[in-house]
Amino acid sequence: MSEECFDAEELEELLRPVVERHNGEPLQLVQILREAQEVVGYLPAALLTATARALKLPRAQVEGVAGFYSFFHLTPPGRYRVLFSDNITDRMLGSGELLDRLCNKLWVERRKLSEDGLVSVDTTSCTGMCDQGPALLVNGQPLTRLSGERIDRISELIRAQLPLGDWPAEYFRVEDNIRRRDTLLSAEWPAGEALRAAIARGSEAMLAEMKLSNLRGRGGAGFTTAIKWESARRAACHTEADAQAGARYVICNADEGEPGTFKDRVLLSSYPDLVFDGLSVAGFTIGARKGLIYLRGEYAYLLPALRENLERRRRSGLLGRAVGGEVGLDFEIDIHLGAGAYVCGEETALLESLEGKRGIPRIRPPFPVTAGYRGQPTVVNNVETLCKAALIAIRGGAWFAGLGTKQSTGSKLLSISGDVEMPGIYEYPFGVSVEQVLQDCGAGNAQAVQVSGPSGVCLAMHEFSRSIAFEDVPTAGAFMVFGSHRDMFEVARNFAHFFKHESCGFCTPCRVGTSLVANCMDKIGKGLGTQYEINQIFKIHRLLHAASHCGLGQAACNPLFDTLQKFRPAYERRLCSLDFEPAFDLDQALAAARQMTGRDDPAAHFGFAARLPGVAS
Amino acid sequence: MTQPSILLDGLPVPFVDGQTIMDAAMAADIFIPHLCHHPEFKPQGSCKLCTVKANGRYVSACTLPARDGMEVENNSPDLNDKRRTLLQMLFVEGNHFCPSCEKSGNCMLQALAYELEMLSPHFDQFYPNRAVDASHPEVLLDFNRCILCELCVRASRDVDRKSVFSLSGRGIDKHLIVNAESGRLADTDFSWADKAAHVCPVGVILKKRSGFAVPIGKRRYDVEPIGMQVERLAARSADEES
Repeated sequence: MSEECFDAEELEELLRPVVERHNGEPLQLVQILREAQEVVGYLPAALLTATARALKLPRAQVEGVAGFYSFFHLTPPGRYRVLFSDNITDRMLGSGELLDRLCNKLWVERRKLSEDGLVSVDTTSCTGMCDQGPALLVNGQPLTRLSGERIDRISELIRAQLPLGDWPAEYFRVEDNIRRRDTLLSAEWPAGEALRAAIARGSEAMLAEMKLSNLRGRGGAGFTTAIKWESARRAACHTEADAQAGARYVICNADEGEPGTFKDRVLLSSYPDLVFDGLSVAGFTIGARKGLIYLRGEYAYLLPALRENLERRRRSGLLGRAVGGEVGLDFEIDIHLGAGAYVCGEETALLESLEGKRGIPRIRPPFPVTAGYRGQPTVVNNVETLCKAALIAIRGGAWFAGLGTKQSTGSKLLSISGDVEMPGIYEYPFGVSVEQVLQDCGAGNAQAVQVSGPSGVCLAMHEFSRSIAFEDVPTAGAFMVFGSHRDMFEVARNFAHFFKHESCGFCTPCRVGTSLVANCMDKIGKGLGTQYEINQIFKIHRLLHAASHCGLGQAACNPLFDTLQKFRPAYERRLCSLDFEPAFDLDQALAAARQMTGRDDPAAHFGFAARLPGVAS
Repeated sequence: MTQPSILLDGLPVPFVDGQTIMDAAMAADIFIPHLCHHPEFKPQGSCKLCTVKANGRYVSACTLPARDGMEVENNSPDLNDKRRTLLQMLFVEGNHFCPSCEKSGNCMLQALAYELEMLSPHFDQFYPNRAVDASHPEVLLDFNRCILCELCVRASRDVDRKSVFSLSGRGIDKHLIVNAESGRLADTDFSWADKAAHVCPVGVILKKRSGFAVPIGKRRYDVEPIGMQVERLAARSADEES
């Protein structure tokens, strides 16, 4: 798999069927790169050139897109690409030690390709397996419930170069872990029931039911779904050059990237018909003929089953022309795969990615409901929101409005992980108290709960009486529990590095600010921090909150801000007493010189490091 | 009917429909600090220097359409403090060494740092390792100074129709690339006559063999602070360097 293996002509041969499958459509660039990479192993420079030529795009644009997504490789990543999920919950389960263990067994350095080109080992952002971690991805396939034993076995499998298909199936088992069912998870409607119910109601009456239900988006922002639908339904379509003229679009946001959340994974694996029905109902209501599912790259393993399901729906008349027997009602669903970018969960970045571009959030206004996918009126809804819409189609808006609280109707799926006895999916009516949830999942000694992931809020013990609802503690679903033995500083540090890694880099405050705070946290972590760093973090937090282009940057310092407010001692016990200590470490800078001269005696060390126990032994 | 207007730092500033806060301010000869904005190109709002407070909310002046009666805060200690921090971020993220830079005195980043009284970079330098590209016969690319404003990207794509420049990478690793498999400017169809050659607000795109024609001290922003040059900034066009 070295550069020399392919010449330009050979690459063009390999690329041709991929491009043809997508009709040479530049909007499909991300999909084309993904599939080309599956064939070639990575994206060599000549392949990018060939892709640009085939799609009639500037080469630099293709390279720019390839360089944006974590799962695209411009250099060979090895025949086995191992990526450990790096969420704090994985770390709490020992993923760091397991990663080191695998590296040692395989004789590889982290982030570096082994010399024989066989394997590389690195970390990736949360893979959505927090209830069955530690987890990793090997060539895109998830492995769960890792243990030392399994890691040893995996190293043997890799060294023996056994194809993934021959690895023990048990390793790849992904559980649903549904622990509490309410209206959604106990639904047992046959495929198409919701769509037929919506058609029977008619699109206007369906919209009226949606309004009555007061359903709010489950992706985190909590925008009223009926308003989105109505705006897109009313918005004028633009004429396009191609056959898509006058189209509206409905998009299912299945880019479940928020660390700690995995409810959409369960809905897509065990309730796919409800998702597809919800998407079809949305399409029917706003007058869209095309639905798109943006599935995060980490969930690529769900693709075959989802495609099969779509085929089944097509055969039974729920997709395609004359849906549900209604002449003139046409609806198609396509699945797009992401390629490793948390920011694409932001709906306008998601649209950019769907259009084959770098996932940079758009300037708003205009909003997607008037100018979304291909500039057309577009509704983007979370997976869970669409499932709820399907239920409303069947059981009506009034029924739904009767559940939960007045401002937060219906139920909410929580993805519970961390220091609990029974991690998994819990469905509650809105309004449930944090205390109740903790009791149900067996969190005996919780000191903190991170609700809605790093971009959400960190609750301390005195806030456990608060309730999960838009009017109190809103959430997209993540619920990570930290026992009293956990170090909340390390939790915050993990989140700071997450945001640094996932910042798209578009705007100055987020691009540079997330790096600066990660550096501050590392400095404090090393015992070199002072009050000065704490002040810096507060200052950068204020700037990011005010000036960032999108929600990612605005929320990037939230976990630091929260933990500094509520768990200050976790920081303070690390601070040195000085007013200021430079981050530049003279002792560290001399490490190379020490290595060259073979010295490690006290006289070869400087300053603070010389005083640390363990150094200069 | 009277013309609609915004209240910019207490002053009524008229605008016509479709104008942004930045457009309205520039037309009224009022300075809102900016780097990625250029009146000839579609605004993109990435540098965030033009962050203002409109009706109490922080927004980018270059992208937000003006609305009648909108109250906009621009020249305030809070906003200028935020802008100063943003400038410091841009300085430490790249390698900016003004005393030896050919663009010193003509550089918007430097001029804004003076204007906003940025006295030090404040943060620890990142010292990124960015190679220069001297392959092109006419032009030197010094990526060390790139602030990722995308003006060259926009100019080459929208005016020159060449798409010589683009951005790759993500987050802090985001960087400018050129349209060639070799990654060298010489292997693109770039020329000094391109619009893209003349829009860089800092010192990335430099003409070879013509350095320091005007001595430092007598250059554009040496003579008059950037805040006093709104009229010229608003009138920037193809034949004039930024």
